[in-house]
Amino acid sequence: MNPYVPLLVLMGVAAVLALGGVGASAIIGPRRYNRAKLEAYECGIQPTPHAVGGGRFPIKYYLVAMTFIVFDIEVVFLYPWAVSFADLAVFGLVAMIGFLVLITVPFVYEWRRGGFEWD
Amino acid sequence: MSLVALATQHLTGLHLVAATSPSGAQAGVAADFSHDNFWIWLLKAVVIVIFMLTSVLIAIWFERRVVGRMQLRPGPNVHGPFGLLQSLADAMKLLLKEDVTVKAADKIVYIVAPMIAVFCSLLTFAVIPFGPSVHLFGIVTPLQLTDFPVAVLYILAAASVGVYGIVLGGWSSNSTYPLLGSVRSTAQVISYELSMSLSLVSVFVLAGSMSTSQIVSSQRSLWWALPLLPAFVIYVISMVGETNRLPFDLPEAEGELVGGYATEYSSMKFAWFFLAEYINMINVSAVATTLFLGGWRAPWPISAINDGMFNTGWWPVLWFLVKLWALIFFFVWLRGTLLRLRYDQFMKFGWKLLIPVSLGWVVCVAAVQGVRQFSSLTLQTILVALGVVVIVAVAVSYLIPEKTEPRTTGKVAPPGVFDAFADGYPVPPLPGQTLPPSPRRARAAAAVASVTDTGTEAQEVQRG
Repeated sequence: MNPYVPLLVLMGVAAVLALGGVGASAIIGPRRYNRAKLEAYECGIQPTPHAVGGGRFPIKYYLVAMTFIVFDIEVVFLYPWAVSFADLAVFGLVAMIGFLVLITVPFVYEWRRGGFEWD
Repeated sequence: MSLVALATQHLTGLHLVAATSPSGAQAGVAADFSHDNFWIWLLKAVVIVIFMLTSVLIAIWFERRVVGRMQLRPGPNVHGPFGLLQSLADAMKLLLKEDVTVKAADKIVYIVAPMIAVFCSLLTFAVIPFGPSVHLFGIVTPLQLTDFPVAVLYILAAASVGVYGIVLGGWSSNSTYPLLGSVRSTAQVISYELSMSLSLVSVFVLAGSMSTSQIVSSQRSLWWALPLLPAFVIYVISMVGETNRLPFDLPEAEGELVGGYATEYSSMKFAWFFLAEYINMINVSAVATTLFLGGWRAPWPISAINDGMFNTGWWPVLWFLVKLWALIFFFVWLRGTLLRLRYDQFMKFGWKLLIPVSLGWVVCVAAVQGVRQFSSLTLQTILVALGVVVIVAVAVSYLIPEKTEPRTTGKVAPPGVFDAFADGYPVPPLPGQTLPPSPRRARAAAAVASVTDTGTEAQEVQRG
């Protein structure tokens, strides 16, 4: 029996709930037009005009996302090694510690260059 | 039904599944799902969704009630017994409210984002075991929807995709506060997801599996929270950061960002974000229970009664729920006790403390396990050797010079008199500059001096 099929069943039920709720509120809920209600909310002042395709946000978040990818890939490499720890034995252990050291070098570099500073 | 059959063929065609073992149970998985059929799956899936919705309603009530007690007030107590129906009333009210779609919004993404959030949050419980096998309508089936050798990886994947709900919701609103709230939230969730997933590695090393039922059965004699206490602590901290809860609820810092990524949402779409947040709280608690606290296994004195009677049948559901709600109480307790962190403190804590510590812990566990499994040394020798290493490290740390004063970087104060209003609006002084005495203070001092002067003069006049 394929263990992934029950997952599809749950996904179906979850999708029905997610769509159904929004659909139900769209049908049941009232509709009263008000120009101010449809403006972007900025505490009552005139909304800041945004560039087409999204506003601007600090570059630091982009840096966090890039660092995240490096570490997330590291984690993805760690998982299969952790599961087959006993099978890979000493070779796997030494190789993985070498890999972690290699990842730590750029981590320390980024730390020293102030990549994790927020001001 | 035909769709399911098609999907089955498709998945088996792709060889996504490991070969089944002769007993009918899947290789690498402790639970035996071989007797399940479509109706059992559908039943379990519906029960999971209903369980999540009810748990969230109770959790919201529980949180408000407990926080109320912690702040010496009663909390919700009007609707239903003990105010239990309060959250149901709130949900119904949200359903009956107007569904506003703001003018500037990217319509399709704006509508889909809350659905993504709630959809992904509902998926986690597919692989969480509530208990061992029971008899259900004449079929022996585990109290778990499904399990596969990469179950925990699947949990993390579902949680990661759930972040799209937040980031798209904030972006598509095309408004300042939601955008800032969503990038903040995303940065926070992905930062703490790293330390969270790193803390799980040591569990996999000890359990030798990523299947949830296998991990629960590997905790027969010892819950992993005890030998892997540092990993458990890291997991608990990062699960609070991951779910955007106090003291890490920066995406919704009301004083700064109004409502965070959900500012422009109303009615059921807002409710879905709210629901997803609470379901995620239950999800991470359930993962902590399964991976670190023995899953559905009874706590020690009870597990020894009557040859493990309380670890069979429907009893385990009780232990699972007790552990789950203990963790949810912990969340509420944190909220009632701690203050919100500043964003830079929060990111610093995540990147500079949690991640290095969890990486170091992975290396420690791997080294100790490696020496235990691949060499003839005993545990005692290893512990003595570790003690020596720690003592040497402490001794070396005394030789490292004390941290010097941080360099003062940035702008240097220009010479001359400091004028706070030079640029047209007031600015604070730079280091090394002093503010000129405020005119108001000078006037006040003059007034005081004149009063005392006239006072003494009057006294003199009187005397004279």
